Amino acid sequence: MGRYLVRRLLLLLPVALGVTIVTFFLLRLIPGDPAAMMLDNRATAENVARLRHQLGLDRPLFIQYLLFLQNIVTGRLGESLYYRSQVLPIILERLPVTLFLAAYSTILAAIVAVPLGAWAALQKGRASDQVIRLGVLFSLATPNYWAAIVLLLVFSVELRWFPVGGFGTTFGEHLRHLLLPALTIALSLVPILVRTLRHNILEVLRTEYVRTARAKGLRRMTVFSRHVLRNSLISTVSLLGLHLGFLVGGAVVTETVYAIPGSGFLLIKSTFARDYPMVQGLTLMFAGLVILVNLLTDVTYAALDPRVTYD
Amino acid sequence: MIDSAQALNAPRPAGRRFAARRLRLSPLTWIGVAMLVAVLFAAAFAPLLIRYDPIKTELTNSLQLPSAAHPLGTDNFGRDILSRLLYAARVDLQIMTVPTTVSFLIGLGMGSVAGYYGGAVDGVLMRVVDVSMAFPFYVLVIAIVAMLGPGLVNMYVAMVLAGWVAYARVIRGEILAAKSLEYILGARALGASDARVIRRHLLPNVVTVGIIFAMSDAVLNILLGGALSFLGLGVQPPTPEWGLMIAEGRDFLLTSPAMVLFPGLALLWVGVTFNLLGDALTDYLRPGG
Repeated sequence: MGRYLVRRLLLLLPVALGVTIVTFFLLRLIPGDPAAMMLDNRATAENVARLRHQLGLDRPLFIQYLLFLQNIVTGRLGESLYYRSQVLPIILERLPVTLFLAAYSTILAAIVAVPLGAWAALQKGRASDQVIRLGVLFSLATPNYWAAIVLLLVFSVELRWFPVGGFGTTFGEHLRHLLLPALTIALSLVPILVRTLRHNILEVLRTEYVRTARAKGLRRMTVFSRHVLRNSLISTVSLLGLHLGFLVGGAVVTETVYAIPGSGFLLIKSTFARDYPMVQGLTLMFAGLVILVNLLTDVTYAALDPRVTYD
Repeated sequence: MIDSAQALNAPRPAGRRFAARRLRLSPLTWIGVAMLVAVLFAAAFAPLLIRYDPIKTELTNSLQLPSAAHPLGTDNFGRDILSRLLYAARVDLQIMTVPTTVSFLIGLGMGSVAGYYGGAVDGVLMRVVDVSMAFPFYVLVIAIVAMLGPGLVNMYVAMVLAGWVAYARVIRGEILAAKSLEYILGARALGASDARVIRRHLLPNVVTVGIIFAMSDAVLNILLGGALSFLGLGVQPPTPEWGLMIAEGRDFLLTSPAMVLFPGLALLWVGVTFNLLGDALTDYLRPGG
């Protein structure tokens, strides 16, 4: 386990470096002079020169990158052109909202997806399996912003069951404010979970330990809950890192439709405000989050499953 | 990191040929084909099918309810919703196919070279894959569009920059699996050049898997393109595009729900079509897989 952890952390290093290289070059995609673009209508020659110096654009590229790395380590991800202050505190203020939304949608999705996936696998090839597969197919093809608008119209505007937007202040309010957004994201997460789970359960059902468990006389339900479901769930949860990227993408769109003050909405607002440092900071933050969750799931997985090694 | 392409990389019997297998389509596949024909028909003949200019505004005619003259009513600018809906099929099919095809081709090239030669080239590609998987796809695409500026072409550039890596990863895995198969070893033993082995023996097998992957990727791309246009980062007004039409209809949801309802259904239609066809293709090309 110790050796696994060390190797896993060592493998993390090139990925983390690569992420910083990509986010570093992101600003270089701005057509023309980034300083002039950032200053927009305040772009006098003097201002441009000052910002170029401030951003380090007048230095060699390699030095610029090293400075960028140094700034990341010290938490100075740049100054927002819109808020006129460091981007990191602003991002950290919005991040919990997005994480809350991501966790909420995952829980909602799991509540729906686990029984559906299990049922589909057990009924493989029969009518209910086909219906579930068809449902998966439809929800995979549904644009989530469209679903968001329809849910908003029906439940918030017409029925007035839920607030139209925002985040609220207490935990109970968070739950109420974010129910529709979380449902929206869950709607696109459920088909993915159902598919993965159905596949994993079918795999486990074919293994010998399941046959052994049946052969020694355990009841069908016991075998299913103790052996099959448990093992299939572990391999499904291990994909959490992959799903997180997906969840964050869903959060960007959903937060914007429901006007939730999270980091996804911030990304869209910053894009329109041409707040390049903020976009860069958010991109770096989201990637860091994915790396972290991947690391945690891999390590947990290794702790749970002694077969996982690098040898 | 867990490799979700593992499922795709399972070994399978070599030497199967398309033509040798009998074509037997399930009812669902037939529905998919019919849906595809319908949307292709709409896109191809949109200029002949529409009765009104999809772009020209006529404010005196705005927000009309469905009638014989306007089967789906008109939008806030007095434009015929049905005409815009049909015309948008052209734009949306393009959004689906252009980034998907370009990403596929780049990924095919990169993945083949890395998988076949291995070594340093492969090492570099795999690091690129690891790094790109750390970025949430939507975030990376939006960040690139944020830098380049909104618009259709920049959206394509962003989708390809963020999208090709997934293809390279899948293709590389397939090449690695296929490389050690006996007929490839045989071809090399007979003195076939690298280029010939890649082109004649490896690619035809690998492309199959790439196409299956592209079918689901195409659905993701049309949803992403619609989402970006919806957010104002992709297709710009007054061009009719389904995602953009949904955004334009948001404020008129109560008076004219058709403005939001039908573009959404159109996206759903195309998505379901390609999911059905993708499933059918998977069953056909790799039965039991």
